[in-house]
Amino acid sequence: MNSEKILEIRDLHTSFFTDKGVVRAVNGVDLEIGPGQIVGLVGESGCGKSMTARSVMGLVRFPGKIESGSIRLNGKELTGLTEKELRSLCGDEVSMIFQEPMTSLNPVLRVGRQVQEAVLVHNQSISRKDARKQVIDMFERVGIPEPEQRYNCYPHELSGGLRQRVMIAMAMICRPRLLIADEPTTALDVTIETQILNLMQQLCRETQMSVLIITHNLGIVAEICDYVYVMYAGRIVEHAPVFELFDHPAHPYTRGLMASIPQIGRNPEYLHTIPGVVPNLLHLGEGCAFAGRCDCAVDRCSRELPEMVHVREDHASRCFIISDAEFS
Amino acid sequence: MTVDNNQHLAEIGEMNGPKEKLIRMCRQNPLALISAVVILLMILLAILAPVIAPYGEAQQDLAERLQPPSAAHLFGTDELGRDVFTRILYGSRISLVIGIIPSAISLAVGILMGLSAGYFGSWVDYLIMRLADVMLSFPSLLLSMVIMFTLGRYANSVLCIFIALSMVGWASVARVVRSHTLSLKEEEYVEAAHSIGVSSPTILVRHILPNCVPSLIVLYTLNVPSCILSESTLSFLGIGVQPPMASWGLMINQSKQFLFTKPWLALAPSITIMIVVLAFNFLGDGLRDVLDPYLQRG
Repeated sequence: MNSEKILEIRDLHTSFFTDKGVVRAVNGVDLEIGPGQIVGLVGESGCGKSMTARSVMGLVRFPGKIESGSIRLNGKELTGLTEKELRSLCGDEVSMIFQEPMTSLNPVLRVGRQVQEAVLVHNQSISRKDARKQVIDMFERVGIPEPEQRYNCYPHELSGGLRQRVMIAMAMICRPRLLIADEPTTALDVTIETQILNLMQQLCRETQMSVLIITHNLGIVAEICDYVYVMYAGRIVEHAPVFELFDHPAHPYTRGLMASIPQIGRNPEYLHTIPGVVPNLLHLGEGCAFAGRCDCAVDRCSRELPEMVHVREDHASRCFIISDAEFS
Repeated sequence: MTVDNNQHLAEIGEMNGPKEKLIRMCRQNPLALISAVVILLMILLAILAPVIAPYGEAQQDLAERLQPPSAAHLFGTDELGRDVFTRILYGSRISLVIGIIPSAISLAVGILMGLSAGYFGSWVDYLIMRLADVMLSFPSLLLSMVIMFTLGRYANSVLCIFIALSMVGWASVARVVRSHTLSLKEEEYVEAAHSIGVSSPTILVRHILPNCVPSLIVLYTLNVPSCILSESTLSFLGIGVQPPMASWGLMINQSKQFLFTKPWLALAPSITIMIVVLAFNFLGDGLRDVLDPYLQRG
């Protein structure tokens, strides 16, 4: 069973040891991605989505640290690997696309050379000429027009959409089994966003690659994801197949998120919001982190942490109300 | 894609070649071009000094002492009847070498120190930066003099100046490179490089160092003239290049007693120093404009 999963995260804890105290950015996350699956990880800013991804890539920086838990990639344990071992996996088996195409390419290097670097790092025997050819082929596949000329361009000579395509080319050129996309379209406008998402979906289908998309945009999730994890204050609060989640959101937070999507045609005076603010991760209480903002919170919510409860076969939620409803 | 667009793209590709960059620099910044020519000319003159010089380096003609500039002696003669033009040519060999090589050494050392300090942080950073602080808190002239005095017994004076100037220069380079590295290593493209599996040393050389290049060029071209000036100062104080060798600073030193009566003795080497120093500064400015992609205009 385990070997079938591309990525398997179990009880991951990543914390930041700051002067003010320990910030538990990722607080016991479980997550699974199967082959060829596109999985969304949704949540608002600062809920630990990006830190989960960074933990996988080994990009957690001081004073942050992976405290405990296991991250398995193709059945291979990643926590506890040395920097060198991890680097050899990165790019080859798992790679990442970043949020800002403006800053994720080195401004003083030609874009072609940066993508070529990925080829050369993982294949020492390949000649520069062959590597260049591979890069140009890849540029063509990700829909960059005039790939030969673009190869010699500097990042500032390309548009945002093209730069993100270059990033995708760079992440995919070594055919990783898993692609992590950290808000890949946040910095792009809507038309380009659709193009990029379609491209990722198409590449995913062609290469049987799995994708983990981190986003706060439920529209993106609805558009391309197969399965969704909802994250709140460092914990997964609900996970379900995409249609199931949109049709039957179980956790009050997920329901709040759904209600907050503005809809064309309805013209309310105010947009729906979830009341309150995200709790400070420095001072997380005992109970459910969402209790303070929840409409249906009961006394118990702020005292105990609810367990993950299965609502349906592959739909689970971390809420007492559901579990109580199930049992009664 | 229209034809126009393709052409435009082709142009972008072409405009990025190193040759095109240099041509662009020459067109946009004629001063840099002139400076480059002046520097090349000086280097050529230095190499060909024995061929061009009308007299020998230490050839004296006591009958022709302290002559004003004339056809026979282009810049006149000094108190021993040596031709000033010849001495300047020979002096340029020492001055240019001392300008260019110790700066290069201190640049290389500074880059290495700065990159390691900035990237690895913690105790490596602490150790290197405190060492640099010590170097910088010493008056550099005093430090060079101490080095010259202690080493002077064992090695020849030019080698001593080399060592002294290299040791003085690296600290400021290291500081600049360190501060660049500190901010650059937080950049997303460094993480992107990590995420495709590039190792730390490669990231330092391929991603961080090229981003420091514009400031390094400026530093280097400022360092070259300051080395030339330091050599002049040391020679002027009598602890640099020793007679009968010629260096520009030494010539100014020896001319000081005739400063008002025979001004050409001091003016000729001073103006030469000024021209070379200015040329290096202007060239540095021009190169920085061209090599810094941030400053490039379509």
